[in-house]
Amino acid sequence: MRMDMSVTVNGEPWLLTVEPNDVLLETLRSKVGVKSPKIGCERGDCGSCTVLLDGHTVRSCLVLAVEADGHEVITIEGLHQGGLTELQQFFVDLNSFQCGFCAPGIVLAAAELLEEKPQPTREDVQVAIGGNLCRCTGYDPIIDAVLAAANAGGKRTR
Amino acid sequence: MTIAQVFDYQRPETLDEAVQILAAHSGDVRVLAGGTDLVAWLRDEAVAPDLLVDIKHIEGLDQIADEGDALAIGSLVTFTDLLNSDLMASRLPLICEMSATVGSTGIRNRATLVGNICSAVPSCDAGPVLLVHGAVVHTVGTSGARRIPIEEWFLGPRMTALTPDEIVTKVVVPVPVGGHGAAYVRLSRYEGEDLAQASVAILAPPDHGFRVAFGAVAATPLRARRIEALLEGKALAPGLVAEAMALVAEEISPISDMRASKEYRLRMSEVMLQRGLQAAVGRLEGDGPSYGTNLM
Repeated sequence: MRMDMSVTVNGEPWLLTVEPNDVLLETLRSKVGVKSPKIGCERGDCGSCTVLLDGHTVRSCLVLAVEADGHEVITIEGLHQGGLTELQQFFVDLNSFQCGFCAPGIVLAAAELLEEKPQPTREDVQVAIGGNLCRCTGYDPIIDAVLAAANAGGKRTR
Repeated sequence: MTIAQVFDYQRPETLDEAVQILAAHSGDVRVLAGGTDLVAWLRDEAVAPDLLVDIKHIEGLDQIADEGDALAIGSLVTFTDLLNSDLMASRLPLICEMSATVGSTGIRNRATLVGNICSAVPSCDAGPVLLVHGAVVHTVGTSGARRIPIEEWFLGPRMTALTPDEIVTKVVVPVPVGGHGAAYVRLSRYEGEDLAQASVAILAPPDHGFRVAFGAVAATPLRARRIEALLEGKALAPGLVAEAMALVAEEISPISDMRASKEYRLRMSEVMLQRGLQAAVGRLEGDGPSYGTNLM
C-alpha cells in the first residue's frame, strides 16, 4: 500500500512515497538524508531519535512516516540556518558531550524546554532530559550548559 | 530495524467513518492514536494487524471538557495536555500527578491517556487513578454507544472490554464532591522512561470513604476493597495503617519479572500504601506534600 505524503523537514517541503510500515526515523535518515536522529533502542527508551514534530519532541522511532503527513519536522540541522544556536554554543563551550550520540536528542529536548520555560530550575532540566540516555558524561555538564544558556537570557534556542 | 510486517493504513476524518471502517474490516484491525505502545508492538510483532485506523484527524477527540460534576478526557488528549491543563490541576490533581510519571517528555507529548488504558498493560499508570475516581469509558461502535465503568474495563494483561468494532471517544472522570485529597505513588528503577514496578492510587474524601487501587501487582490494575472496608470512615491512626498494610498481601498477586521480584513488589506496595495514605490525608487537610512530590 504505497502512500504519497508531504512533510516539511527543516523548512524544506518534501513529497515522499512511503509504505504504512515505514517509520519516521528511518524515512528521515534514508529518504530525506537527515542523519542527526540516531537509531538507538528503537522502543522509545533512549531518546536518541528525538525530533521536533510541530515544535514538540517526539520519538521518531515510534512515529510512522505517514503520521507526519502534513506536519513539520525539525532536527538539529534545522534549528538555526546560520550555524550553531546560542544553546548549542554553550554545549560546546562547556564541553558537555563526549561521543555525541545522544547530543541531537538532548539539544532538541533542551530547546523545547527553554521555549516553554525560559528560566528553568535544575530539576526542570533533569525532567526535560529524563528520557535521553547519555552513557558518557553523567549529565552534569549537559545540565550546566542548559542552565547557562537560560541564565544568558531569553530564548536562545533558534 | 524497521517494521517487518505489512499492513494497510486508513485515516478517517469523522467518527462515523472510523466506525464504518472497523465494521467493514474482517481481519485484525488496530486503532492508532499516539502510537507509543502500538508502534513498538508492531516492531516486536507482538501484534499483527492487517489494518491501522489512525484517529488523529477526527475532530473533537483532543478536548478536555468540563461537564460540571466531571471532566471528560477525549481519546486524543496526551499526558502533556493533561499536565498543562489548569482545569485538571485544580479539580483532579491526581490525574496530573500520575501523568508526570509516565515515560518522558517525548513520550508524554504523544501518548494518550485513553491509549494507556486501551493498551492495558498491568503497569499502566492511568489504571489505578481512574479506578479510585470511578471513571467511565465512553465508546462508539456499530451497535451504538456504550458507557463502560472502569472497573469492568480491564479483563487481563493487554485485554479490555472494548470490542473490535468499537472506538473509545472519551473517559469521563467524576470530580469528588466537597473536596478531596489524593496521591499516586509509583515505584520504578529510575526516573524517566521506566515502567512502574508497583503503583498505588489513593483517594481520600472528607468522610474518609477511602478508595485504594494498585497497579503492576496483578494481571490488571485493581481496587483494594478489603483495605477500603477497613479504613471506611476512620481516622488514620498508626495502628489502623499497620492493619491496612497487613491486608496488602491479600489484595495483590505480584509476579517476579525483569523489573522486580514478587517479594520486593509486595513489601514496597505496603510501604507505598502507607506513604500514599498519609500524603492523601495530608492533602485533604491542607498540609500534605504538594502534588507531584515524589513520595518514594
